[in-house]
Amino acid sequence: MATHHGGLTATRTVRVQGLLRRFGERAVLDGFDLEIGAGEFVALLGRSGSGKSTLLRALAGLDGDVQGSGLVDVPENSSVVFQDARLLPWQRVLDNVLLGLRGPDAPQRGLAALAEVGLAGRERAWPNELSGGEQQRVALARALVSEPELLLADEPFGALDALTRLRMHGLLRELCARHRPTVLLVTHDVDEAITLADRVLLLDAGRIAVDVAIDLPAPRSHRQSQFLAYRETLLRALGVDPTEA
Amino acid sequence: MTATTLTRPRPAATVPAGRPRRRLKPGRPIPFGGAVGPLLLLAVWAAGSAAGWLDPRTLSAPWTVVTTAGDLIADGRLQDNLAISAQRAGLGLVIGTVIGTVLALLAGLSRWGEAILDGPIQIKRAIPALALIPLLVLWFGIGEQMKVITITLGVFVPVYIHTHNGLRTIDTRYVELGESLRLRRTDFIRRIVLPGALPGFLLGMRFAVVGAWLSLVVVEQINSTSGIGYMMELAREYGQTDVIIVGLVLYGLLGLLSDGAVRLAQRRALSWRRTMAD
Ligand SMILES: Nc1ncnc2c1ncn2[C@@H]1O[C@H](COP(=O)(O)OP(=O)(O)O)[C@@H](O)[C@H]1O
Ligand SMILES: [Mg+2]
Repeated sequence: MATHHGGLTATRTVRVQGLLRRFGERAVLDGFDLEIGAGEFVALLGRSGSGKSTLLRALAGLDGDVQGSGLVDVPENSSVVFQDARLLPWQRVLDNVLLGLRGPDAPQRGLAALAEVGLAGRERAWPNELSGGEQQRVALARALVSEPELLLADEPFGALDALTRLRMHGLLRELCARHRPTVLLVTHDVDEAITLADRVLLLDAGRIAVDVAIDLPAPRSHRQSQFLAYRETLLRALGVDPTEA
Repeated sequence: MTATTLTRPRPAATVPAGRPRRRLKPGRPIPFGGAVGPLLLLAVWAAGSAAGWLDPRTLSAPWTVVTTAGDLIADGRLQDNLAISAQRAGLGLVIGTVIGTVLALLAGLSRWGEAILDGPIQIKRAIPALALIPLLVLWFGIGEQMKVITITLGVFVPVYIHTHNGLRTIDTRYVELGESLRLRRTDFIRRIVLPGALPGFLLGMRFAVVGAWLSLVVVEQINSTSGIGYMMELAREYGQTDVIIVGLVLYGLLGLLSDGAVRLAQRRALSWRRTMAD
């Protein structure tokens, strides 16, 4: 694989140039370019199979066995949140958060991170004693405890029920306001993208088909006419009739 | 039925809604359930002896076996032989477990390790321990060395097979997690590989402890001058059925106890797992 990982500049956190990723004969990403500014919250939309996960895994450096080339410039200190919480079932909640964390103050930081996601007091629980939403909150704590410059999340709320998802949106917004990481959130939920992101990208046929800045005051909701306008644009670009969605 | 009972309202909460659901789990564990089968066997044996259906030359009565065991303990033969047997089995078990685990780690964590080690160990697995004894006797003589090596060979194979299988079946999603967290290799092995392979390792240990006692029987009944197997072999020459049975009961108890110990370790170490048996 001829991907080059280099240093980063002050205002830009992510730079991708001419990225090619292929599975067999089929190129999922071809000549793909992307830049994300420091502290930006970017949501990546796209149909199922459009290559969102492929891109995210390339950024996370988790695709060593995939054919491809191109330049990927991301900070060394980045974290990944997967769709499944991916907690080690044989480690208690706190030990899951501390995984890979070093230094004498690690336990304190882990406890603080758990408190931040509202799980103070659950540090000795086993992962399978937690609900799906709680597990994903542990995963968020684990991702943020290392104070990453870049947070990569692949449909982190995709497996949660609608109510839990709304609460997770609030939590993620809070955490991002406090820690100020650059975020790339992969999602298939247009509302989730508009609610959370500063900028929404739409991946189609291996390229970015739509790139819009979301300029909406908080709290964002369907009652804002601009919200509905963004929604309509994005749904149309996804090939969905907005009146049916 | 009186009028008062008729007017009393039925508590709605206790009325089951429809038919109760069929339980697919085996149900509540029976207290000391593991002892039921052996006790039943003992009862049949005692009844058979008391009723005179069992010729004492074929199978001594349980109480004869108990008195014989008492005599053997009184003159110290039982303890001495047991100590020697336990030492052999224990030594072979420890060495075999270490070798099996190390080989499983080498084969599980490196492609070259797997290419070099797995084939020969599968071949060894296909050869019964008994068939190797003539060769081992030629190489190592008939002393302690040969006995411990035979037991070690019987032990390391199940430990290797199950630990290796445990390693190979660790979910790649956890490996990916380790990569995304940039875990150091030592942390990766300590936090993901070893705990992930632990269920397999412990299953291997259950086969290994039983295997250690089995190999012990084999090596002690040929070319031995001490140990429980030797004690039984001697009893055979003198036609002492009761002593043979004392030996058999002893082997059985040792096997049960050591299996129970591993099962206890399993329950402790795998408390994070929720399985059908819990
Ligand atoms: N490991 C793989 N082997 C073969 N094809 C793959 C692999 N991973 C992904 N693909 C293919 O690449 C395309 C993009 O997949 P993915 O990035 O997972 O899509 P998305 O996350 O947008 O749903 C899909 O068509 C999928 O079948
Ligand atoms: Mg995906």
